[in-house]
Order: sequence, then C-alpha cells, then structure tokens
Amino acid sequence: MSEHCIIIGASHAAAQLVSSLRQEGWEGKISLIGDEPNLPYHRPPLSKAFFVGEKTEDELLIRAADFYDKNNVDLLLGSRVTKIDRDAKKITLEDGAEISYTKLALTTGARVRKIPFTGCELAGVFYMRDLNDVKQTHKFTGPGKSAVIIGGGYIGLETAASLRKIGMNVIVIEAMERVLQRVTAPEVSAFYTRVHTEEGVDIRTQAGVDAIVGEKHVTGVRLADGTTVPADLVIIGVGVIPNVELAEEAGLTIDNGIAVNEFATTNDPDIVAAGDCTNHYNPIYDRKLRLESVQNATDQAKIAAKSICGKPEAYNALPWFWSDQYDLKLQIAGLSQGFDQVIIRGNSEQDRSFAAFYFSEGRFIAVDAINRPKEFMMSKRALTSGQTADPLKLADETIEIKDVFN
Amino acid sequence: MPLIIYKSHDGNTQEVHAEVGTSIMQAAVDNGIDGILGECGGCCSCATCHCYVDPAWVAKAGEPDSTEKDMLDCVLDPQDTSRLSCQIVITDEMDGIVIAMPESQY
Repeated sequence: MSEHCIIIGASHAAAQLVSSLRQEGWEGKISLIGDEPNLPYHRPPLSKAFFVGEKTEDELLIRAADFYDKNNVDLLLGSRVTKIDRDAKKITLEDGAEISYTKLALTTGARVRKIPFTGCELAGVFYMRDLNDVKQTHKFTGPGKSAVIIGGGYIGLETAASLRKIGMNVIVIEAMERVLQRVTAPEVSAFYTRVHTEEGVDIRTQAGVDAIVGEKHVTGVRLADGTTVPADLVIIGVGVIPNVELAEEAGLTIDNGIAVNEFATTNDPDIVAAGDCTNHYNPIYDRKLRLESVQNATDQAKIAAKSICGKPEAYNALPWFWSDQYDLKLQIAGLSQGFDQVIIRGNSEQDRSFAAFYFSEGRFIAVDAINRPKEFMMSKRALTSGQTADPLKLADETIEIKDVFN
Repeated sequence: MPLIIYKSHDGNTQEVHAEVGTSIMQAAVDNGIDGILGECGGCCSCATCHCYVDPAWVAKAGEPDSTEKDMLDCVLDPQDTSRLSCQIVITDEMDGIVIAMPESQY
C-alpha cells in the first residue's frame, strides 16, 4: 500500500505538520481532516485583533489556501472522525466513510471547559475558542453596551481589553483572590488589575456566579452575593480541556492529554500527536507537561513530522507565550509554576513596563516581560541554555539587561 | 506581484511572487520557505522570523519601530540589516528584494 499520512484536527500543529512533512521529504499522500469548515487559522487574534475588526478572516489563516494545493494535501474540512481502528489502520468519518492510513497524526487541540450555569443557553452567552464563536459575538457588541466576562485568565482579560476598545462597559468576574492567579505572581496580577481598572474595567475577584439571567436574550448576571449586574453579552473563559476521546477509544495511553514520548509518538509507533492535546516530558523543567500554546503546537509538530519521516529527534523546547492587552505587550518565557522568589525589574505599581523574573530554589525558571522585549529575548536565550542570573543584578535597572546575562 | 528572493544560510535561493500588503514573513510561511517561522503570526512577539535584508534593499524595507529594535538588539547573530520579517509589509517597490535567513533558524 502506498504511504498515506492522515492528520486529524486542522489546528496550528496541523499547519506546521503539513509543511514539515514535505520539508522532511514525505512523498506520500497527506490528508487533513478538521471538524470546523476553516483551514487552520491563528486562534490568538480571536480575542484581540480579529475581535475588534482589525484582522479579516482571510488574514487569520496560518498558511494561504494555495499552500495546501501546492503541497498536495487532501482537505476534508467540516468533517469529523468518529473512530480510529489501529489494527486495520483506518479511520471512520461521521458519514461512515473509511480511510486507510500508514501514519496518523493527532492534532486535535483542546476545547473550552463548559460550566452549566443556569441560563447559559441564553442568546448572547459565548465561549471563545472557535472562529465561529467570535463571529457570533459581533451581533451583541457595540459602544455603550455591557459585557460580563466570567474568568479572569488571559482570554478573559484580553477580551475585556478588546471590548473596552470598542467602547463597551465591562465587568470581569473572577472566582479566585486575584486575576491570573494560576499563572503569575501576585505583583503581576496586581499590575493587570490596576491597568484594567485605569482603562475602565470593573474587576471583581472572589466573586461567584449564581446564574445568567434573561428571557431569550441575556440581560444580566446574578452573582453569589445576590447582586445582579447588567449584560448584553456574557463571555465565559474558564480554561480548556484536551481533546483525547478519539485517542482514548482507540486504546492509546491517556495521562492528562494524549501521552507521547520525546519523539511526539504515542504508544502506537505509527501514531504521533502534537500540540494542546498532548502530555509530554520537558527536559528543561524535568517534568511532564500539557501546554496550551502556539509554540508547543508548532515545535512539537516539527518533531512529529521527523518521527513520521523516520528521522527521530528529541523534543527539547522552551515554552513561551504572549498576551496583548491595550498598550501592553506581555511576553512570557519559561514556566513559573513552583516559583519561590520573584524579582521585579522596573516599577510595576506605577508604570506600564516591567519584568517579573521567577526563581525556584535559586534557579531562574521564567519571566513575565511587559513592554520589555529585551528582557524577554535575553531570558528566553538564558532559559534555553540553562543559564541562571543574579537576582540582585536583575533588580538593578542601572545594569543593562544584556550585561546581567553575560 | 513583487518577487521576493529568499536566501538560506547555505546560499540556496527560492523565489516567490507575493501579494502587495502581505508581510515578508507571511509570504515565506505561505510558500513553505524554511528558516522563517513566524510563530506569533506577525505581532512582533517571538522573533522567529528574524532575517537579514540585502543591504541594497534596506531603505525600501523601511525602519523598524522601537519594539522591533529592542527585539533585534537581543536576537542571535544580529547584523546591521537585521529585521523581523513580519514587520516588513511588501510594496511594489520591493520587487526583487533579497532576504537572507540566519543559520540559527534552521
């Protein structure tokens, strides 16, 4: 049988996988199957530039449509895979069609975590993950209208900034003590709370949601303390869960994501997986990770392509992330979880530019750099090579950041 | 459509006709050019699209803004004509521009 690689999930990882497969010399057939009708597109702008109309749908595409033609990719978009038969090496589509593979790549990503709030079925209540979700929200946005965002994580805060940009009244409801609690130091949370407040957002922490209220259309959100805040639009952003069901039913090992080794390969040597759906070992942090990031989708897809092409190479990349809100460009290098010391460079209480360096047992592990591209770039290089830094020098702005790391 | 000539670190060239208004990074990604990644999609956040503009074309490629300058100040192997290719928007005047990619991006 001739070689055929099927990619399930038209995601960031899939777009990279197609390109890397051809670059690594895969001459067989490639099929890309996605349940959304779209070619792989950039998801980060959904809560930002696309949300406020600064980017068009075409501009969201990771690679132009003719890229897939040129690379001889069979596209099956708007199509869902219902079963993987590993023994027969074939997949089944929703309409019953069966397709054989010699290699299979799972780039199924993650989906939003849903919370069954009373009233969550009302018109005007959205989660933010897919292009279609965001297009639908546009009917409910407009200057002077009110929005309630449930969840003070990155998606919630980015959306809050976008909604302010188009002149809406915005309230953010966060259950924990502070926004971004799961991912940043208290100083960074305090900074984002300050800036959002300065920009006119009403941030309410330690606040619970009792119900979303309205008749057909949402009119408000009733909080746990009994007060009701008005809303023409409710956006819920409380995290994502990996899409592992297809893999699980096929008997692949699942461990908070599809378990893959350092070669992005599952417990079936003919099946690779990449991106948000995987759980993998990271040698820099010496632990298993499930990452929700473009960087991981792209870098792990390259490793997966090499494995498919019989040129295995171990995955060893530094996680990094970004978030744009208002005039704030946040760039994150590394993983701060488990930190026991934070060094602030700059003034996070007054300015809109500073960096938070995270340490664990004296070792430099991550940075949150806000409008500090140099700090981000130097940290990324240092973290990749395992170089640490002197906390005292990091805190001292009279020393150039390049000199701190040299 | 202007012609963009991409030069890999080992001297191989690939020619691409790209639409005016798109970026040098996006044209590379759309055409599967190795050596330019563009992970952040063009919002000047990652520096994985670092390139060297051929000296003869520097003026036509324009000036980097302050964020880009700061990023470029800290990239691996910077040169005088270093740019982030996501920040260079293709114009008709760039027909024939030569863009080289750093070895570290392979």
